[in-house]
Amino acid sequence: MLNVIDDTVNPVEPFLRTDRMPHIWCPGCGIGTTVNSFARALIDSNVDLQTLALVSGIGCTGRVAGYVKLDSFHTTHGRAIPFATGLKLANPKLNVVVYSGDGDLSAIGGNHLIHAARRNIDLKVICVNNLIYAMTGGQTAPTTPGHATTSTNPYGTFEPAFNLPHLVEAAGAVYVARWTTFHVRQLARSISEAFQKKGFSFIEVISPCPTLYQRRNKMGDGLDTMKYYKEKSKVKNGAPTNEVGLTLNGEVAVGKFVDRDRPDYQSMMRAQYVESLGDRYIEEPEMECVCE
Amino acid sequence: MKADPRGVLTGTHFIDGDHACCEGALAAGARFAAGYPITPSTEVVERFASRVPTVGGTFIQMEDELAASITLQGAVWGGAKAFTVTSGPGFSLMMEHIGYAAMTETPCVFVDVQRGGPSTGLPTLPAQADMMQARWGSHGDYEIIALCPNSPQECFDLTIKAFNLAEEFRVPVMFMMDEVVGHMTEKVVIPSADQIEVVPRKHTRKSIEEYLPYGTNGDMVPEMAHAGEGYKFHVTGLTHDERGYPNMTPQTQDKLVKRLQNKVRAAADRVCLFEEDRLDGADVVVVSYGITSRVAQRAIDLARDRGLKVGKLRLITAWPFADKKIADLASSVKAFIVPELNLGQMVREVERAAGGKAKTVAVPHAGGGVHNPDEILRAIVEATRC
Repeated sequence: MLNVIDDTVNPVEPFLRTDRMPHIWCPGCGIGTTVNSFARALIDSNVDLQTLALVSGIGCTGRVAGYVKLDSFHTTHGRAIPFATGLKLANPKLNVVVYSGDGDLSAIGGNHLIHAARRNIDLKVICVNNLIYAMTGGQTAPTTPGHATTSTNPYGTFEPAFNLPHLVEAAGAVYVARWTTFHVRQLARSISEAFQKKGFSFIEVISPCPTLYQRRNKMGDGLDTMKYYKEKSKVKNGAPTNEVGLTLNGEVAVGKFVDRDRPDYQSMMRAQYVESLGDRYIEEPEMECVCE
Repeated sequence: MKADPRGVLTGTHFIDGDHACCEGALAAGARFAAGYPITPSTEVVERFASRVPTVGGTFIQMEDELAASITLQGAVWGGAKAFTVTSGPGFSLMMEHIGYAAMTETPCVFVDVQRGGPSTGLPTLPAQADMMQARWGSHGDYEIIALCPNSPQECFDLTIKAFNLAEEFRVPVMFMMDEVVGHMTEKVVIPSADQIEVVPRKHTRKSIEEYLPYGTNGDMVPEMAHAGEGYKFHVTGLTHDERGYPNMTPQTQDKLVKRLQNKVRAAADRVCLFEEDRLDGADVVVVSYGITSRVAQRAIDLARDRGLKVGKLRLITAWPFADKKIADLASSVKAFIVPELNLGQMVREVERAAGGKAKTVAVPHAGGGVHNPDEILRAIVEATRC
């Protein structure tokens, strides 16, 4: 028998709770791929891991918080963004990433998504969009493209879907990009860029759910989906976001759609208080009153 | 430890219960509040919004109560003492996150200035009809602590107590005011900071290698760390083990949920607060709380004028309930009279704790006003006759 000594270490391993492996994601699922790109972005952008916190909601992508070796919070369904808002406001030194799915962020958490974008809270939101509620068995999501078959629309969906880049741009996000799980390097680069932005950044990652979405819609397995992403995605940096909506089996516009600057929530808060209160304003949250 | 003087507005004030609650929170060290407007509670956060930028902290008005009740928990894990304030309809929306706070052991305070319900109910006239919701409103088994002030002074004093209990036990504490107590203006004396005892966060001193986020050292309350300190801990609303890792087994569930309950239950006698008057030799004891305790006082005085042996037991903590006290009294009194601004909530607890040894008489009121003391007096007189 051949003895192969494998002393190579996966470069993303230091970012993972390896004691929690194997993870719960299905074969062919894209969420793990996005985590890999996220870890590579952390390496590339030299983000201080000690002050990096990750917040997830509920669902398949919601489990990311459990697998990353960071201060990580697996919150309630839809509420990752408001939790992250409190974390960031209480300790502005933290770099706060929200990592969750399309159903969590845009359906049950949709109100929080638009308001955090409006306030321009300094959060990096990574939205893994598998076009479906996967954890619960493949029900229709607000992102499910028309005519797709789901467990709750067995004869095909007929409600219009949210175009998430368009939604968050309209609400005020300063950085909006979309990639697929085929675009691992571009995704890592976008995440790195988002770390350089101050304000509400939103990165959508189109990701396969071979178990529930691809299978029901006869789109093959994980590999077939990679081929689809490769063939049907088109880089359209700066494209008007009202033109990047997704259709069943149609083109997937990817790229960086929005990159603009406006003051984030805490800068605006500070400026307002300084203007109104002058010297009476105490800027830093005072936490010495909490611990002995 | 002593209160941070920056948050303490030492002096004698003439303020309402809502404002006094805000001052109590600031004195207790709260430097973060997230809220959503709802009468009759909004004055608490309005005052906080005005005061906190000069003390060092943050108020944010969120898009709804679901957001407010979780934003404050993010702030707690970021290192702040935090709270939110609401009334019945908002309290209903916050139930999800009371459960999350119980499960993740996030110390925080939920203030509910009660108004008549159900649903939109009576904006904004008083009730005490959220008492069972405060205890049981979120799904699953858990334990909380609930306090019921009956004056603006107590809104100040007991808000500090609420934060202290939240920190000591790492539980969400319900601060159960009512519209009358919230809007009633009275003298409130705020002592100097060095006279205010504040319970610090149970922050770990362990090294990163040694730290177990949900490990305990015999007292059932784990030590906390804050985000950004290097501990790289995990917090989840899923059933979790001592590492904070999800673990979907009946064994882990049993261990965790029992600890969440027992950490409060084991200390119930110590946590339980009540005010008593002339219980020795009483034939009848009036059990009340919040604004109703002040109306009941009039009825008790009238009954005593008639020579009736009436004692008073005022609940200051509603939860944990004063089981032991009621059980002790049940063997010596004829009856408990329980007036409350609901159609029978805490009276069920009195009846349960009395164990059939004494009669329990409800004096219900659907809310929108307070009792006429005569209604309570009638119940007292009738009970002393049997």
